[in-house]
Amino acid sequence: MNEPFVEVNDLTIGYRNRQGQIVNVLRGVSLVMPRGGALGLVGESGSGKSTLGMALLGHLRAGSQVQAGTVRFEGVDPFALNPAELQALRGGRIALIPQNAAESLTPTMRVGDQIVEVLQFNRILVGAEARDLALELLGQVRLPQPEAMFTRYPHELSGGQQQRVAVAKALAGEPELLVLDEPTTGLDVTTQAHLLDLLAEIVAQMGTAMLYISHDLGVIARVSDRVAVMYAGEIVEVAAVTDIFARPTHPYTRGLLASIPRLTQAGIPKAMPGQPPTPGEHGTGCSFTPRCTFADGTCETVAPTLDAAAQPGQLVRCHHWQTVAKIEFSQELQQAFHKAVRKVEPEPAVELAGVEIAYTRQGLIQRLRGLPEPPATVSDITLTVHKGETLALVGESGSGKTTIVRTIAGLMLPRMGSLKFKDYDLNVGVDRRPLELRQQIQLIFQNPDASLNPRHTVAEILDQPLRLYFNLSRSERRERSIELLERVRLGPHYRLRYPGQLSGGEKQRVAIARAFAAEPQLVLCDEVTSALDVSVQAAVLDLLAELQAEHGVTYIFIAHDLALVHAFADRVAVLYQGRLCEVGSTDEIYTPPHHPYTETLLAAAPRPVPGLRPHLLGSDVPELAPPPRGCPFQRRCPRRIGSICDEEAPPWRVPVEGHRIRCHIPLDELETAQVSAAEHVIPLEPLSNSVSSN
Amino acid sequence: MAVVAPASDKPAPIRRRSRLSETWLYLRQSKSGMLGLTILVFHILIALSSPLIVPFDPTDIDASLKNQSPSGEHLFGTDQFGRDVFTRVLLGGRIALVITLTATVIAVTWGGTLGILLGFLGGRIDEAVMRVVDALLAAPYILFLLLIVSSLGSSNRVLIFTLGFFYGIAVVRVARAATLDFVARDFITAARARGERRMTIVLRELLPNVMDILLVEFAMRWSWMLLAFSSLSFLGFGVSPPTPDWGLMIAESRKALQFAPWTAIFPMIALGTLVIGINLAADAVAKALGLDRTQGAPV
Repeated sequence: MNEPFVEVNDLTIGYRNRQGQIVNVLRGVSLVMPRGGALGLVGESGSGKSTLGMALLGHLRAGSQVQAGTVRFEGVDPFALNPAELQALRGGRIALIPQNAAESLTPTMRVGDQIVEVLQFNRILVGAEARDLALELLGQVRLPQPEAMFTRYPHELSGGQQQRVAVAKALAGEPELLVLDEPTTGLDVTTQAHLLDLLAEIVAQMGTAMLYISHDLGVIARVSDRVAVMYAGEIVEVAAVTDIFARPTHPYTRGLLASIPRLTQAGIPKAMPGQPPTPGEHGTGCSFTPRCTFADGTCETVAPTLDAAAQPGQLVRCHHWQTVAKIEFSQELQQAFHKAVRKVEPEPAVELAGVEIAYTRQGLIQRLRGLPEPPATVSDITLTVHKGETLALVGESGSGKTTIVRTIAGLMLPRMGSLKFKDYDLNVGVDRRPLELRQQIQLIFQNPDASLNPRHTVAEILDQPLRLYFNLSRSERRERSIELLERVRLGPHYRLRYPGQLSGGEKQRVAIARAFAAEPQLVLCDEVTSALDVSVQAAVLDLLAELQAEHGVTYIFIAHDLALVHAFADRVAVLYQGRLCEVGSTDEIYTPPHHPYTETLLAAAPRPVPGLRPHLLGSDVPELAPPPRGCPFQRRCPRRIGSICDEEAPPWRVPVEGHRIRCHIPLDELETAQVSAAEHVIPLEPLSNSVSSN
Repeated sequence: MAVVAPASDKPAPIRRRSRLSETWLYLRQSKSGMLGLTILVFHILIALSSPLIVPFDPTDIDASLKNQSPSGEHLFGTDQFGRDVFTRVLLGGRIALVITLTATVIAVTWGGTLGILLGFLGGRIDEAVMRVVDALLAAPYILFLLLIVSSLGSSNRVLIFTLGFFYGIAVVRVARAATLDFVARDFITAARARGERRMTIVLRELLPNVMDILLVEFAMRWSWMLLAFSSLSFLGFGVSPPTPDWGLMIAESRKALQFAPWTAIFPMIALGTLVIGINLAADAVAKALGLDRTQGAPV
């Protein structure tokens, strides 16, 4: 066959808005994929990457239409097929693995039956044969005990297991092309690492081509051999994965790569100015012009074309790519990181001692029957946060990070232990705390869509803390809210807008302004950047760092992204199943000796460096409850030494003052083993040698 | 420190527009809403002006003119007592409108506030109150209505408070269910963490979010109540004859349906259009108040 495997030619997809104008979500996208290739599709939200992925399956969002161009899958146009032919194509020759497996699996059907259904549908395998193959597939995606898994319902599985079932289901039709739409977003890092590893192996084995859609450059680096970068509905750069990461030639690709925090680098990465345009908003010229440092008059008026660049197979859509390419990227990257200036004072701000928090309380009957108390969700937390410091709480979902923060905020009560903020006792609920204490502790949430009332204007949102804590007149509140908006770099004209009219980054700025309206001493940040686009994330971190320097506030910062923590925190506390594993300064945490759990997390974190294969440690099976005795990490630990781990709680070991690791293994042994493991598996990034970590 | 450019380069012009006019702007785009509103306004205008414009005395009995079909003089004909139906239809909505509107406002206010509060508080209070609500909902309320009206008399005040109470019970359920959608959201957690008072959270944070649902509920309750009020009159407990009232008119003339249908049909049309008008208008207002207002931005 002479036809290319997948060919998209000048594809434009748009919808008609309320005013009757056509808004194009995809604009003249062309790409070619060879059989068995792995193309990574990167872009921020709204860049059209999912629309492109769905177009390969012959699917358009309701109201959208192909305005121009063609899609060919082995010479077949999926948009020209009749429903029966389309059914045979989807799930058969092309399969989709969606982002949220929990939603894509039928909740009322056993997972085995769902796979059997696909098999019967595509290849008329019936009865026992189909069942056997389904079991084989469940085994192939490395689900433990396929027989038992077969009869489970989706809700009985963990998020990672559900995603594996979705993979098995997609593979059941023996597809030639897999379209993966952010399949690991929302999973824990260790689960993600295992799943990516599995995908890479299966794809290599079966020769399946992959279109991998993601916003996470670390994931893209791990799975793809070619990468296409999308911006405002256009492909702005296509190149081999090594070229994209080492020699990007489009200013947007460069900005994007410079804006992601890196595990090997302390300091906040460089923020990209501005924000991506909304569909239909771009002018006649290059859509990146407003955010581009290389832009000139030509860029504003003449749209660049996708031209061949320096590297073989590299295409770039920029008038000035030659100028851009002359600047060595590794040099640029080195200057991208900057340390936040802050002054940490020796006096403690928050002190937690032996804190234990439980969601369920034992009923009277259970107590009378003398049943043992179930292990608490969070237990034995002893931590001190100094004034002006940023402490990061790190751990996977279910590690109790949010529980601790909510207890500090007074939304939950601890079962045991003492919590103190300056001279205030925090063992009381928020209702009983004095007004000045409530004013001094403020929360910022992960998702600004949920934390801002959609029916309040920005002015009303900022008014609430001002009205509650300070006795201000109407005009004083107005003045103060304008001041606050300007402080978070939003103009006063934002006062009359509703959250629905703001972008994600702007919403989070409003949420930050609301927290700082109270003039707090302690700000609890719950994953504040994880709902934001990468290019906006760094700007929000900068803002938080500036505000901290100005007001001397203390941050307790929850994050699951270890690179982000390295960028922003002074000290880190690693939690597993509600128990502390390791506490130390950022430098101490990121260099051996680590707690085996910290080591696992560091190894699993995706990094924007192609060619790195993570060394996977332990299993990724999540635990629902902490073990009653011994080390909390005993069941998944890659460095388990024996029954002592199951029986005895490990001691705190202190390598240096302020750094504690809770493990049975002596420190020197831990360090030797970890240093050699790191040397074996992870090649050092060129950057880490040339730049000191400070 | 890195220099971060302002998040937006071109500031949008400040447009001072109150919420009311903004809602109106959206309302005007809805054709069915404007139709409903026109019908509603028409009915209200008639109710306000009818005493001044009616051609005859509504209680004027003339045996010689009974059961006459519609004519130039008597537009809607006359009834079994020879009274002018046109006059009585114009006047027949006045009492019903005033009583049901006031009672609906009472019903939605107490039902809505209690529902939101219960949804927000949760726990045992919620559980206990909701069981009482369920019990009251299970009983046929028209029996309660008749019981109360027959023991306390059918004065306007008694009617308003009885109807207001019984129709609020269903609103409690609806408001509570709508609130449960929002109580788990972070903006409520944020308000709790700030230490806002419970009533502030209910009225400032939750109420605006369930307002559209309450408005639809308002329309539903109002139109049902109009019908219930007519049923009461029909059964002889509402307005006492000879005062003109649609329900009473329909009741009185049901025997005449075969030979003088106009005596029943015209009050039916009047009642029917009012109910339809209320529903169309309220649906459109709820939509205009809804999230559409954020200029089609994804929410």
